[in-house]
Amino acid sequence: MTAAFSESEMMIVAAARELAGQRVCFVGVGLPNIAVNLAKRTVSPEMELVYEAGVFGARPARLPLSIGDPTIVTGATAVTSMFELFAFYLQGGLIDVGFLGAAQIDRFGNINTTVIGEYATPRTRLPGSGGACEIAINARQVFVIMRQSARSFVERIDFRTSPGNLGGAENAARIRREQGWLGRGPSVVVTDLGIWHFDEAGEMRLDSLHPGATVERVRETIGWEPKMAPDPATTPAPTDEELRLIRVELDPEGTYTA
Amino acid sequence: MSSKVASMRDAIADLVRDGDTVAIEGFTHLISFAAGHEIIRQRKRDLTLARLTPDVVYDQMVAAGVARKLIFSWLGNPGVGGLGAIRRVTEGPLPALELEEYSHFGMVARYTAGAANLPFFPIRSYFETDLPSANPLIRPVESPYGDGVVYAVPPLKPDVTVVHAQRASAVGDTQVWGLLGCQKEAAFAADRVIVVVEELVADEVVRADPNRTIIPGLIVDAVVVEPWGAHPSYVQGAYDRDNRFYLDWDPISRSAEATEAWLREWVRELDDRAAYVEKLGPERVSSLRPGRAPSGVVDYGVYR
Repeated sequence: MTAAFSESEMMIVAAARELAGQRVCFVGVGLPNIAVNLAKRTVSPEMELVYEAGVFGARPARLPLSIGDPTIVTGATAVTSMFELFAFYLQGGLIDVGFLGAAQIDRFGNINTTVIGEYATPRTRLPGSGGACEIAINARQVFVIMRQSARSFVERIDFRTSPGNLGGAENAARIRREQGWLGRGPSVVVTDLGIWHFDEAGEMRLDSLHPGATVERVRETIGWEPKMAPDPATTPAPTDEELRLIRVELDPEGTYTA
Repeated sequence: MSSKVASMRDAIADLVRDGDTVAIEGFTHLISFAAGHEIIRQRKRDLTLARLTPDVVYDQMVAAGVARKLIFSWLGNPGVGGLGAIRRVTEGPLPALELEEYSHFGMVARYTAGAANLPFFPIRSYFETDLPSANPLIRPVESPYGDGVVYAVPPLKPDVTVVHAQRASAVGDTQVWGLLGCQKEAAFAADRVIVVVEELVADEVVRADPNRTIIPGLIVDAVVVEPWGAHPSYVQGAYDRDNRFYLDWDPISRSAEATEAWLREWVRELDDRAAYVEKLGPERVSSLRPGRAPSGVVDYGVYR
């Protein structure tokens, strides 16, 4: 029998599994950090971890407290200036997956991490882009991990910090081609309730529901009429080993899973 | 060249002027909290503070009233959450702090253009985002070779850049290992440079490993020897990030009164960094020492 687990643990595990087979991953701030480090210890031991602080091939011995932790340096393949990291590794086309978090997302995977409300007079001032804007444009594909709520999954985001499929796949593909983007845009969004991929129209589609999550809750936590696979799969529950890695090795304080 | 070693008090008094653009750089690593605190003690005014990640040190400086504007790309307490003092003056109907906002690559490119004496730097970012409309200094530029449009950012030339480092010689030849951030670019872009180091070393130490020098004394105006000057951030190989401090800052910064009380106790009522380290206490300090992981030795060779 599998141990009881939280929605956050399920989200982190599902996100880590999506990284199976990926070669080079640019690790974003927050939840991506733990998901990518779990993947490195499970489905993708060969994956190269890239941190915007200027590290290629990180082998963190502990979960980095921030994306600039000294543990990403010791034992890494290369430490570079941030200029080299962004110019040669990211803009040069070496990143397979950019893994981002978000405060708001829309049905086409466009992301806001800048403000809630008007830009000049915000209700809530969020961190801003960091490297997310150029990651979304230059990484070959983008993965997103975030909790679902009516405030975060919205019909219209308040500010477009990082572009997804813009107003739809056809338009986005044309613009990417014309402007010479390297990225194909978002390919998966993992939440505390399920796993979303993007359909031919460039719109999020629910393909898998986590154990215990219901279609009703998905609808309650989303600001548009969501597309769903005709018969959504059930995400396999976390294994004992995945839970041990999260609880004992990666996040014993429960920072990401509280 | 003669020695540039100075006290933090003298370096800040001589080199930082009211109204200056000041960059205390360091990407989570090597952040000169000691310089930030001395700027607060000296009650500098109307500073424009540039930094990719205005984190706790700029939250403290904004709370202390030294700043009128931030130039930045990511605003937060890394790994923890928001910055209370900055949020208080940037949210709501009447923001009191001017913001000029880029992405990380945009900020790095700005320092690079400043250091290289270029009119702008082109990058493949900002396409189809709201950032160029939020900040009209981010502008599209057509390639002169007819292969499309990229975005340009203008040079950033701080009046003063402050860099914390593991070691430097008395003339300011400065060596860093671990995360390099964009300190080199920010220093070369600046009019005046203050280097703050854990350790002052002989010229021969620098010359034995020239690949590790990121900033030459040629562009350095003052060398301040200030062990633990980057606390609560970290110095690779010397001390770890004091994560408890970052967690504790969250509730403090949410309250204007608690923030002011902290500034009084830990900055204004202390004479200098040595007093701060003494107040932290030996136990707190020694708990941050990492184990050892020395690099191998390389052979540069002798060529006569």
